[in-house]
Amino acid sequence: MDNPLIEFRDVTKRFGSLTVLEKVNLKIYEGEVTTIIGLSGGGKSVLLKHIIGLLQPDEGTILFRGQPLDRMSKKERYAALGRMSYMFQDNALFDSMTVYDNIALPLRETTKLKRAEIDRRVRARIEQTELLDAMYKYPSELSGGMQKRAALARALVIDPQIVLFDEPTSGQDPVRKNAILSMIAQYQRKFGFTAVMVSHEIPDVYFISNRILALYNRTIVFQGTVEELEDFDHPFKDEVIRSLEGLQQELTGLRSKRQFKIQYHASMKGSVPGESFTIIIFTLEGLDSVTSRLGHDAAQKAIHSTGLFIDKHFGPIGGFSTRVNAQQFVTMLPYSDQPESDALMLEFIKDFQKEGIRGIQGEAGGKMGDGCVELVVLAGMAQGNLLEKIESVIECARDRQKEIGRITCDTQE
Amino acid sequence: MKLSAKIQDSFESGEPRRPGRLLVLPFALLGSTALNWVNQTGAAAIFLLLAIMRIPRARQLEKVIQQVYYIGARSTMIIMLVGLFTGMVLGLQSYHALVKVGAEGALGTLVALSLIRELGPVLTAIMITARAGSAITAEIGIQRISEQIDALDTMHIDPLRYLVSPRIAAAIISFPILTTLFDLIGILGSYVSGVWIMGANAGTYFYRVQSSVEMKDVTDGFVKALVFAVIVATVCCYQGYFAHMRSESRGAKAVGLATTSAVVLSCVLILVSDYVVTSLLL
Repeated sequence: MDNPLIEFRDVTKRFGSLTVLEKVNLKIYEGEVTTIIGLSGGGKSVLLKHIIGLLQPDEGTILFRGQPLDRMSKKERYAALGRMSYMFQDNALFDSMTVYDNIALPLRETTKLKRAEIDRRVRARIEQTELLDAMYKYPSELSGGMQKRAALARALVIDPQIVLFDEPTSGQDPVRKNAILSMIAQYQRKFGFTAVMVSHEIPDVYFISNRILALYNRTIVFQGTVEELEDFDHPFKDEVIRSLEGLQQELTGLRSKRQFKIQYHASMKGSVPGESFTIIIFTLEGLDSVTSRLGHDAAQKAIHSTGLFIDKHFGPIGGFSTRVNAQQFVTMLPYSDQPESDALMLEFIKDFQKEGIRGIQGEAGGKMGDGCVELVVLAGMAQGNLLEKIESVIECARDRQKEIGRITCDTQE
Repeated sequence: MKLSAKIQDSFESGEPRRPGRLLVLPFALLGSTALNWVNQTGAAAIFLLLAIMRIPRARQLEKVIQQVYYIGARSTMIIMLVGLFTGMVLGLQSYHALVKVGAEGALGTLVALSLIRELGPVLTAIMITARAGSAITAEIGIQRISEQIDALDTMHIDPLRYLVSPRIAAAIISFPILTTLFDLIGILGSYVSGVWIMGANAGTYFYRVQSSVEMKDVTDGFVKALVFAVIVATVCCYQGYFAHMRSESRGAKAVGLATTSAVVLSCVLILVSDYVVTSLLL
């Protein structure tokens, strides 16, 4: 792996007699989304504040591109941290300034840009974060979600190389939480910054994170990919992840990946050799264009509606589903053979075209018709049995996907 | 913590009892209080120095003008009102006292010198502390506890330059101007009560005012106004800036206590420094 952008070596932080971080070692790599997970009050925000220099460690060293921050000159330190932004958990917007002035503040105070250029950049960010109507309002006049977006716009207005997000989704409803996470992921891809995020939103953050850092008992007990976390065996998993991970995903109402796996294994235990099961994969194609044209809320509502429809259809007949990534769902129908599954699928497609599409359009607040976007729903099915690995059955279903529905401007008319 | 509570604590703590410990404890407390006071004074002095060094920076003029408006212009009415009634009561009392020794002609001299050398700078500073100083502490304190100052740090905007320096500069500009206004309105107020109400001679009054006031009296008044400006602005900004470090409370309560401390401390320091400056100038 490349050299880390930020590295903690044996960092310890105490507040009086209370030790918050103890011999923390971690690595954050450039261009990635790294999420720090852990229980509330576990020191995640304190850790984040060390990265941007708001707090100094009592012991240990923080390295930036291999150079210890505490040994850097003021100029070197500014060069290292100058393009770093921080989004506070409580937003920390200036309540005596309008949203526009809040977002313009870092440009006005730290650059020599002309007024017109500042205005152009600020308006671009306001537009991207869907805050045009709130531009001249004060933070106290905004909803919690709008305040979060204003804070996000302020963090991004300087085109940062590193952005630190301290619980960016706290206090939001499930649709808005996922809209904010999707917004962060989209901007991260678009601008290529390194994102470090503190979050409780398990498993939603897994979809957008390249690496996970687990803070437990004052120290980092795990750092690696989401897949590596699945195989991680530590009390942290029982105490933290399982307490944070809901039985169902808040956004879709479907099972979490872990619950899906448990239910799959339980089904397989009761089955006899030769008995088959069916895996169906659903993909929403064109979510990015929905996001860019209609906004993150509309995209998340489309995902929400699709998840609900799948669960409503297959749940009562013993099927169970989960969301595998940002735009894919997987459904398992235990003890079903090919003809039975084919019939169920045909019935689903008929219902989906009749009601599902309308439901998605309705959930997205009728927004689908406001701009000319196209959302294609694909589905693929494969049979499996006890001897086959579920991953290969899922892959097979993925390869067999074909279009089962299309939502365009025309369908709205 | 009260002394009795500290003594009680020392009994209950697991430390071995040494003979004479109770005898030493009051001195130890006195010493730690004195050290704390020296620490705070030193920190405030460094705070002031750093803030003053940041006044002549880019993009400061607009902020200074804005603060002159908040600290200075918006205090004008209250300063005029207080100046008027101070002058009126001074005129009334002085006339009654002077008439007893047949020296009512000296009313103008007494009123003008009292106002320009003493009452003008002191009362103006106290009134600005009550009106603008408390607002400065509360505003900066709230910005501190709601992480707005940390947000400035993360945006690489120097909070001292952005929040404190303009207020200190604005106080230095506003205090002498408001003091002058107070003096003028006070002299007119004294004219109203002394001449119009009590019947003193108007020509004598203004002649005495003009002949007895020297340039040194005016500059001494200005020196005091400048000293008070620095004290009030520093104390109020410092209390708000470090509101989160108060040991006795947190959050909104800490801001409330910081505001109270700022007003009380400013008023005490105005009166103490008034004596010191007066004794140096005389």
